[in-house]
Amino acid sequence: MRARNRELLGLIPASLLVTAGFAGVFIQRQNALTNISLTYGAIFLALCLVTHLFIRFTLPYADPYLFPLVALLASFGVVMVYRIDSTLARQQAQWFVFGLILFVVTIIAFRDYRKLERYRYTIVAVSLGLLLLPRLPGIGAQVNGAYLGVRIPGLFIFQPTEFAKIGLVIFLASYLRDTRQVLVMGARRILGVTLPPLKHFGPVLVIWGVAMIILVLLHDIGSSLMFYGALLSMLYVATGRLSFVVIGVLAFGLGAWFLGTHIQHITDRADAWLHPFDPKLYNQVGGSFQLANGIFAQAAGGLFGQGFGQSVITVPGSNPTAYLIPAPQTDMIYAIITDELGLFGAGAVLIAYLLFVARGFKAAVLARDSFSTLLAAGLSAVFALQVFVIVGGVTRVIPLTGVTLPFISYGGSSIVANFVLLALLLLVSDRARRPERA
Amino acid sequence: MNAQIARLFGVIVILFTLLLVWTSRWTVIDATQLDNNPLNRLTLIHQLTIKRGRILADNSAVLAKSIPAGGGTWKRAYPTGSLFAQAIGYSNIAEGSAAGMERFRGPELRGLQTGLSSVFGQLSPRPVGDDVLSSLDPKAQQVAQTLLAGRAGSVVAMDPQTGAIKVMYADPSYDDNHPNPNAPGQFNRSTQGSYPPGSTFKVVTAAAAIDSGKYTPNSIVDGKSPVTISGVPLNNDNNQSFGPIDLTTALTYSVNTVWAQVAEALGRKTMTRYMKRFGFYSKPPLDYPADEINTSRPYSSTGTAYPPGSPNEDIGRIAIGQGGLLVTPLQMAMVAAAVANGGRLMTPHLASRVVDPSGRTVETIAPTLWHRVMKASAASEVAQMMKKVVDEGTGTPAQLGSGITFAGKTGTASVGLAGLNLTQPWFIGFAPIQNPKVAVAVTIERSQGGFGGTVAAPIAKAIVQTLLSEGQ
Repeated sequence: MRARNRELLGLIPASLLVTAGFAGVFIQRQNALTNISLTYGAIFLALCLVTHLFIRFTLPYADPYLFPLVALLASFGVVMVYRIDSTLARQQAQWFVFGLILFVVTIIAFRDYRKLERYRYTIVAVSLGLLLLPRLPGIGAQVNGAYLGVRIPGLFIFQPTEFAKIGLVIFLASYLRDTRQVLVMGARRILGVTLPPLKHFGPVLVIWGVAMIILVLLHDIGSSLMFYGALLSMLYVATGRLSFVVIGVLAFGLGAWFLGTHIQHITDRADAWLHPFDPKLYNQVGGSFQLANGIFAQAAGGLFGQGFGQSVITVPGSNPTAYLIPAPQTDMIYAIITDELGLFGAGAVLIAYLLFVARGFKAAVLARDSFSTLLAAGLSAVFALQVFVIVGGVTRVIPLTGVTLPFISYGGSSIVANFVLLALLLLVSDRARRPERA
Repeated sequence: MNAQIARLFGVIVILFTLLLVWTSRWTVIDATQLDNNPLNRLTLIHQLTIKRGRILADNSAVLAKSIPAGGGTWKRAYPTGSLFAQAIGYSNIAEGSAAGMERFRGPELRGLQTGLSSVFGQLSPRPVGDDVLSSLDPKAQQVAQTLLAGRAGSVVAMDPQTGAIKVMYADPSYDDNHPNPNAPGQFNRSTQGSYPPGSTFKVVTAAAAIDSGKYTPNSIVDGKSPVTISGVPLNNDNNQSFGPIDLTTALTYSVNTVWAQVAEALGRKTMTRYMKRFGFYSKPPLDYPADEINTSRPYSSTGTAYPPGSPNEDIGRIAIGQGGLLVTPLQMAMVAAAVANGGRLMTPHLASRVVDPSGRTVETIAPTLWHRVMKASAASEVAQMMKKVVDEGTGTPAQLGSGITFAGKTGTASVGLAGLNLTQPWFIGFAPIQNPKVAVAVTIERSQGGFGGTVAAPIAKAIVQTLLSEGQ
């Protein structure tokens, strides 16, 4: 079967899920299947079909599983967000459309994505600038002690880290393509440890040092972990030197320990992580209330879950609405999924993410030039790490920090940025799988 | 670079496996423990969304119902308020407090919620609990409230043949729509009040005397006054000496010295055996929260409970309702019921049936025998003695007239400091003697010199009349 037909068939699970999900939420709410609510599902599926046709014409050789996996994840997201708050679902649908527009623009504008290399210093400068924005007075928005967003008055809160992650991966892919040979060849052994030559490694260090400092200023541990992990992943893929990774992990561990004991916001998060069920921390502002209730919600889900629409998110009858699980549509959406669809549903989501990452890596392996390989591997790694950071936070593997669950969480910046990420992966994949012209 | 990518993917697979393991930990391995964590409010909130069943009186009047509280939750409303507050109790799920039948019958009122679910959630409408039908009689309950007239005291009436409680009212009561743990009425005097029973306890002594075969109603005992009991002189009322009299006469005129001598002659062991059979020394098996029921038994002057048959018990004085004996009105109604029902003490119960929302009976609370207290012949003889009390003795104010026979016993215990003239008037009894339908116990707290015959007997009479007129 041709790749594009496989992609079309791959959309069936997503459409089934959307149908079942919306039906479940409706039945639970005991309202009839109204036209308005049905349109969400219909529009969503229509958009998927249109996107499929667009890919069919522009990127005929691209990986056939990436987009269906995204559609599956996004259908989870649309149903879950609709179930949490139907107003947000409408906005989410709008962001979905906007994301697809940017997806199309990216594919048309960067059909030859290798020209991105020419702008690598511009891209990295803009990315770092984006990261700084939330700390600027007047427009910075502090959420739960972290500077995560930029308030665009009257419109929305823009989260620059979502875009910065792509910019930094593009830069690293390009820079490491140039220097990876030198980094390995020029490495010297000092005290039994292989160290790369400072001259070539310097710019990487400097840029990432700056990025780390900014993140420390922003108190955004989750993004910090995600970015740093992506850097180490790409460095490892580029050089094959485990010693670089080990040094990097040790340095990060040391830094995390230092920050954990010196920045109150980070100390609070670490305490909540270690003792979520301590009544004192539970009742403390910025304590473990959110994490503990997320875990209670998961416990309520069990193996099969309570069914779509059954999770208790707000305290019933409370006025104004008191959230039992704060930020259900963003940070905690994995807990709601687990509550309603159980261990099996949550496992299915994780497997969908893992398959997406696997297809991304596959594109990286098939790519014929180092830049493409590093770009696809870096984008896949940063995507995987984002999932790990937020799901790990909600399941208490690591401290809980606010990053979005890609394609599922509510949030314009996240949806749009991840569609750009998808576009880049498809571009790499299309070029890699295109038959050689005779 | 492909080998590195493969290894990197391996690391990511490990990381995702960690996520799955941790998700399993919360959803399966630790789930029960998390569900029971005191910080977890989900179970509580789930209960708020259940429409608890109603509690109905024996005439189907609604005593408790659920009303919407917004957000798909329910709260309880009690249309009859203070009239049934102690029997019904209350349920305040949001604050985690409950009392009375609401508390005891919680599982039935919540209904059988199997938690059957699917991807589509529960396809059935929101969970609805079962209705609990009680045997409580609103009309007689109202009579009890009216006649107690705000005086602290209690009225308990039951069907001696089935154990069904018909009346359970105590003053002060409270409005169970607005429960307050500190309100005096939330202490249910009918099941928790501990009072000296006074002479009503002589019914127990008489039953022990006759059923044991040591005495008959015609046995003669010297009713002189005083008599030394446990080394201390005991007087009759007004220090009246009756001379040698039979036991029927001794009960009719409530002669203390006769019954104290009888008990000493029967011995502590025999007396304790019969007390246990009547239900003393243990909690009555009422379908009501056990910690809202007190045990009726003798206590030392310092307030510690005597073990059954303790040599420190002054059995002669216990036999006439003194000697540190403290009882609940429910227990004394059970004493009357045991005599009424031929010595067969039925398990008392407030609920009679559980009915699901579709009207199907889920559970019927059938009459069950709790204790076989005495032979039917002995019970019949004690009943005749008690009939004499109402016909011509201290209980004449309870006479029902119109040919209906009433067997009863008065009691007037002295309470408080001597000289204050504070009493605890009692009346226990049952009617009609042939085929008894009602057993009743009435008591008033700290009456100013009132007697069982004058203060409690008229209330008992009105209750019996009301219940008998309804039964016809």
